[in-house]
Amino acid sequence: MTEANESRVTAVTSAVVTEPLTDPIPSAPPRSQWVDVWHQFSRHRGALAGLVVFVTILLVVFIGPLIYAQDAKYVPTGREFLKLKDMRPAYVLLWDGDAKADWAHPLGTDNIGRDTLARLMQGGQVSITVGLAAMLLSLVLGTFIGVTAGYFRKLDGPLMRVTDLFLALPLLPLLLVTVLLFREPLKVAFGVEGGIFVLIVFIVGVTSWMQTARIVRGDVLALKEREFVLAAQSIGTRSGKMVIRHILPNVLSPIMVSATLGIATAIITESALSFLGFGFPPDFPTWGRLLNDAVDRMTFFPERAIWPGVLISVTVLSVNYMGDGLRDALDPRIRGR
Amino acid sequence: MLTFTIRRLVLAIPTLLFISLAIFLLLELAPGDPMAQVPLTVPPEVKEKMREALGLGQPVHIRFVKWLYQFFVIEPAIFVDTLFGTTWAEGEQRVISWQTRSPVMEIVVQRLPQTLTVVGLAYVVGVLIALPIGIYSAYKQYSVFDQAGTFISMVGFSVPPFFSGVLVIVIFSVQLGWFPSIYDTTLKVNSWDTFWLQVRQMVMPVMVLALQTTAQISRFMRASMLDNLNQDYVRTARAKGLSEATVVMVHVLRNSMIPVITVIALGVPSIFGGAIITEQVFKVNGIGQLLITAIEANDLPMVHTLTFIFAVLIVLFNLIADVLYGVLDPRIRYD
Repeated sequence: MTEANESRVTAVTSAVVTEPLTDPIPSAPPRSQWVDVWHQFSRHRGALAGLVVFVTILLVVFIGPLIYAQDAKYVPTGREFLKLKDMRPAYVLLWDGDAKADWAHPLGTDNIGRDTLARLMQGGQVSITVGLAAMLLSLVLGTFIGVTAGYFRKLDGPLMRVTDLFLALPLLPLLLVTVLLFREPLKVAFGVEGGIFVLIVFIVGVTSWMQTARIVRGDVLALKEREFVLAAQSIGTRSGKMVIRHILPNVLSPIMVSATLGIATAIITESALSFLGFGFPPDFPTWGRLLNDAVDRMTFFPERAIWPGVLISVTVLSVNYMGDGLRDALDPRIRGR
Repeated sequence: MLTFTIRRLVLAIPTLLFISLAIFLLLELAPGDPMAQVPLTVPPEVKEKMREALGLGQPVHIRFVKWLYQFFVIEPAIFVDTLFGTTWAEGEQRVISWQTRSPVMEIVVQRLPQTLTVVGLAYVVGVLIALPIGIYSAYKQYSVFDQAGTFISMVGFSVPPFFSGVLVIVIFSVQLGWFPSIYDTTLKVNSWDTFWLQVRQMVMPVMVLALQTTAQISRFMRASMLDNLNQDYVRTARAKGLSEATVVMVHVLRNSMIPVITVIALGVPSIFGGAIITEQVFKVNGIGQLLITAIEANDLPMVHTLTFIFAVLIVLFNLIADVLYGVLDPRIRYD
């Protein structure tokens, strides 16, 4: 009987259309969201260039000192001091054969004979570590406050008032005052460099979480009205589980975008503090500190000011471009266009 | 609208009080002692009297309320006195700087013109450059001009003022020798020559500050223009035969200026903050530089007053931005 049926069906269909309708079978396995995001990100030329530049800077700064022979902390004495101090960068030799320069010190030395390139690498380690740590702190704070304010209605009002209050604080003056007040006690607790590191990471983190909190709160408020949250609630999901399993993964994209922008602001703030003389101690190089030290003798040694400044700017620029590309890549309305 | 403005004004008062208290308590923790410079031969009871003369003898809450009274009652009264020659505040105790032993507000009033001329002019220049750039790059979206504008504003965001300042000093002052690298505030403008000197010394600080402003505001202007250019009323305007110039410069521009104006208002206080660094680079002795020296010298009344003035500026311009938004855009009324 089935045979007969089939033969009839084929007879009918062959009369009208040539082939039966079939579901299209995907030729490739489904792509995950992150593959899509990467695909879109890699099509943003600026973002890709930013990523390459940032990774290069990271490699040079963290791997470079292992390869490069000069020691950033080595201070020559006696006759050697006279020979090594105040060297110009080696490229000056190209147009000025009499300049005091040596290819052993490609970017020259400072006024007590320390190698500039080695100090730039060491300064970069500090600046970038401070930037990353402060960004993490502000991200954790901002996400926590944003999710709490968005998810628990009773806490929304008070938490958002606190956010507004923080936004109304004059940040730079307060940062300067705080560094001055807590530098000494923390020096005792964590050592000279550790204390100032903890202090700067803490104050930069504590004063820059407000934008993240606002964006996250807005997104959480919208998510809370969606059906999957209702479904999860109806099977008895508790609040804590709900936030971790259902809310947080969905607010990941705005958090990632503010993370990249957070690195940029943290690096700039740290450099600004060091530049004003309120950051790390003088013999402990960071890019802002090196720039500050160089300003007084800028007329004779412009390169000492220019290199740290260029490094700060290029790092921040590359991070900003990455953030820009990431924002486009994570936005499903823009993706795939 | 009026009720909204009044409500916001009333809400601003507790915010400011809280900020002032926070700053005050923070400064309470300061380790420095204003009597540290006094010679050891001075007997302790004299030292105690000197402390009391500085207003340090009393507990924290009394000193805070006294500071509030001095800042909000006596200082405005003195301001009125100098304007109209009245004698309301005669013999009253003012907020005294520990550094100079003179009233804080007098020093602030001396320093304010320097900051306002440099910072204010820079902001105006920055906005005037940013608006046409934003309009044109939105009108020619993805053109070469737009791409270049995007790149330059990204650079403007990323180059911190303490580097761009140093860079322009190296280029224009050290290498080319066009402009002086230090801002001379003793210069009196009374002839064409001194006017020309004043212009030349202002060029670099204004340029550095304006770069930041331009980068931000041109991006906002572009985004806002793009939002409006695709709207139906623009098609209608074109369809009824208005010239392209009228459509863009009157219809679209007026609508896109609404958010941009609030952004401009919101940016004013942050520019004062940025000026702290720029003043340090070019040695302008404005209020930013005053704050730095006060912090370094542990002059707490000065630091408190200056930080509070910055806070007042932020709250005030937030308020102005909110109210302006409601006034400019009738769709957004907070009633």
